[in-house]
Amino acid sequence: MSAKQESFAKTVGIVVAVCLVCSIVVSGAAVGLRSLQQTNAALDKQSNILHAAGLLEQAKGDIAGTYESMIERRFVDLSTGEYVDMPADYDMYKAAKVTEKSIAVENSNVGFQRRADVASVYLVKDESGTVTRIVLPVHGSGLWNLMYGFLAIDNDGNTIRELIYYDQQETPGLGGEVQNPDWQAKWDGKKIYKDGDVAIAVKKNVAAGNEYAVDALSGATLTSNGVQNTLDYWLGENGFGPYLNKQPWKS
Amino acid sequence: MSKAKEYKKTLFGPILDNNPIALQVLGVCSALAITTKLETALVMSLALTMVVAFSNLFISMLRNHIPSSVRIIIQMTIIASLVIVVDQILKAYSYEISKQLSVFVGLIITNCIVMGRAEGFAMKNPPMMSLLDGIGNGLGYSFVLIIIGVIKELFGFGTLLGYEILPLVQNGGWYQGNGLLILPFSSFMLIAGLIWFIRTIKPEQVEPKE
Repeated sequence: MSAKQESFAKTVGIVVAVCLVCSIVVSGAAVGLRSLQQTNAALDKQSNILHAAGLLEQAKGDIAGTYESMIERRFVDLSTGEYVDMPADYDMYKAAKVTEKSIAVENSNVGFQRRADVASVYLVKDESGTVTRIVLPVHGSGLWNLMYGFLAIDNDGNTIRELIYYDQQETPGLGGEVQNPDWQAKWDGKKIYKDGDVAIAVKKNVAAGNEYAVDALSGATLTSNGVQNTLDYWLGENGFGPYLNKQPWKS
Repeated sequence: MSKAKEYKKTLFGPILDNNPIALQVLGVCSALAITTKLETALVMSLALTMVVAFSNLFISMLRNHIPSSVRIIIQMTIIASLVIVVDQILKAYSYEISKQLSVFVGLIITNCIVMGRAEGFAMKNPPMMSLLDGIGNGLGYSFVLIIIGVIKELFGFGTLLGYEILPLVQNGGWYQGNGLLILPFSSFMLIAGLIWFIRTIKPEQVEPKE
């Protein structure tokens, strides 16, 4: 590092050259690997949907094939509860950020400001083509951040089968237990609606045989409240309520 | 000292004699956080070894051209680019693990071992030596991570790389998993124990009393 290297022009030249080379390498890697990364992300989502559909063990590693043959994606207009057609690359979480494609969330502490007009639903079909389960995407705030999950419901539109959270940043060991298989198993068979209202509750000391309640996570009251708010919103009349009431998958 | 001997010392010295974690106590934060499972520890070791080896190589190749007034920035740029490339490769080829490692791959940028070797070694030595020094320090880091990862996964979960070694009571076995070892902070005690052990067999590493 002798004195001749300290000239202003040389310093600028070296900095620009290093930055150029580095940016070419970084963007080359990002562009070259993008398709592989997107395939991975899509597979990850499909395996979460299959998990909610109860098909993960049956799939035996063939995620894409099982998804292709057993799951059908449909779009639901949340205000009417009817199916609508949307382009295949429609993303309800991106649409929620566009004013024309979303409505404001009012009178709810679910934790986000706007939700998309049209939501994706995933229909699980058996060999004869009958819908056996409906997988609904749900999200709402936990203690620290939004928690994203899939809620699987029986074809009666009222019985919960699974509640699988796949993206959450709750405290590990406390709120993070929303992903614990033991807690996930508690949702199987719970009922949502009683006399037309959302009755499912996350609360303490649930008596055995109570069909409308699931034990709250111990030490994670705010996460449990977040799960409750999420379900209240998405199963209520502003969420999938009209869809679950009309049950268009039966016709 | 002959050339071959010098290479060997640069490559293997950092494993026991001059270990970046055990002797210099650098890069401890990532060693605490991602050693709960051996698999993540292995991937993290590999990622850091790649980054420190290539950052040393490139910085050493440029060392006579880097103006000293902006040298840290240039080092950071090179290191950050390498880390992003490694992160992208992990996301493409090992999605599950990259999700578990989350921010820690990105945080290699701030890992003191990488900066320390770049500034302390690569700026003064030729490319070949710097590459070996980078690999050696990566191996030293890996050595500690793998030991901690084995202890934590084996006695915390009863498994190694996901295979059951000690059957847990929950799964009908006899081994009661040690819940303390699953938590990140247990690495503090394990790393301290390791440092104690290395300094017992190599007393020359003990600092003189002040």
